[in-house]
Amino acid sequence: MNDVLEVAIRVVLVLGAFLTLPLILGQMEHKQMAHMQSRLGPMYAGKFHGWAQLIADGVKFIQKEAVTPTAADRKVFALAPIVAFVPYGIALVAIPLGPILGSEVLVGANIGAGLFFVLAVMGVGVIGSLMAGIASSNKYSYLGGLRVAAQLMSYELPMVLAASSVAMAAGTLSLIGIAEAWSPWWLLTQLPGLIVFFVAGLAELQRPPFDAPLADAEIVFGPFTEYGGMRFGMFILAEYAGIIVLCALTAVLFLGGWAGPWSDQVGALWMLLKVFALGFIVIWARVAFPRLREDQVNALAWKVLVPLALLQVAITTVLVVA
Amino acid sequence: MMLWGKGLAQGFRVTLGNMLRRSVTAQYPDTKPDLPARSRGVIALQEENCTSCMLCARECPSWCIYIDSHKETIPATTEGGRDRQQNVLDRFDIDWSLCMYCGICIEVCPFDALHWSPEFEYATTDICDLTHGKRELRDWLWTVPVPTAIEPASSPHEEAP
Repeated sequence: MNDVLEVAIRVVLVLGAFLTLPLILGQMEHKQMAHMQSRLGPMYAGKFHGWAQLIADGVKFIQKEAVTPTAADRKVFALAPIVAFVPYGIALVAIPLGPILGSEVLVGANIGAGLFFVLAVMGVGVIGSLMAGIASSNKYSYLGGLRVAAQLMSYELPMVLAASSVAMAAGTLSLIGIAEAWSPWWLLTQLPGLIVFFVAGLAELQRPPFDAPLADAEIVFGPFTEYGGMRFGMFILAEYAGIIVLCALTAVLFLGGWAGPWSDQVGALWMLLKVFALGFIVIWARVAFPRLREDQVNALAWKVLVPLALLQVAITTVLVVA
Repeated sequence: MMLWGKGLAQGFRVTLGNMLRRSVTAQYPDTKPDLPARSRGVIALQEENCTSCMLCARECPSWCIYIDSHKETIPATTEGGRDRQQNVLDRFDIDWSLCMYCGICIEVCPFDALHWSPEFEYATTDICDLTHGKRELRDWLWTVPVPTAIEPASSPHEEAP
């Protein structure tokens, strides 16, 4: 009975984090992006600086009609938003938050091969966009779907290489083990890996400047063209949940997770701080850079990130063996 | 020399600089915009100056001014004098849904019957209400700002209070 209760509490906590953290990040994007463009962003919803804007957006999404094109593959079309959204929640289960007030490391489920699990599940999330692109029977969606596939092919490799470099350095695949093996020197020795992992993660999430598959101005949001209402809302939510997972994973692998002063007492807060600092950079990159062309997206992966990731693996090998 | 990554750094720098400065957004319905006094908001009609000469209606590029008038005879005030005729303005409408705010009507008016006013909040939910008649155009007259002195040292304008 106690076990069941414990599992239930863990599930509720992870689910709570999964539903609130992306919204906080979304609101952060609203305001940060606005101020970086000398605007104010939402100011009315909820009276105080538009804090309730995303709740209002959610209500709007629910009210809207969910249209399915006649020629669409109906089952795949309806399943795609769920496939895009749910994996990030599953990935969040395995990512450790850190200790708080002297407790043990808070984590939904301590999986031995946590790194392997999270990377595998994150890859599934992208399949959602691919399904949407093929099932919509729309030329823009199809183009977007092809671009998603190309981008997935290109960026999975450098991402996994960079992650494997960290696993080699720590000598374990457990996310808690990696974070505990972290030392400040990693900021130097794993720096290329950090850059490769973060950039490749952004590209995999189709975040600007790597949003060529969505590209609202040229192919009308690509795979999401035919979606409306809450289904579209789920794709958008999946984007932000994906950013949270990517930032949390980057923090655990490369920034020591909960490492910091008094980490026994406030470790979880350090982790959250690092996640949102990385989230700040994700949004910053969206504001600062124009969208890469499709060939540029793939050139960056194969000509820059893969060699850099291989270099990182070589460096780590030398350091581990020496 | 081309420095690799210079553009990327510049993008980050400019956006961060924007974030650290105050944003330039004016919260319009809450705070009124600080418009120049001579902004082209709406055109006011000073009816007693109008002679129904129709110059404004003819010069209007979008044909948004409608004028109707009739002639009235003013009897001679002195013995053996001549009766005089005067145009009386029956209708002077401006359709703001057609007007393009070029100000040509004001320029051509020989008797200064038309004036720019900076007021701009007269949006309506019905397009018919955008046609302002004599009375509405007269009401805008009280919002016309007094002309400013042309040079700092010159004497104030004679219309100024």
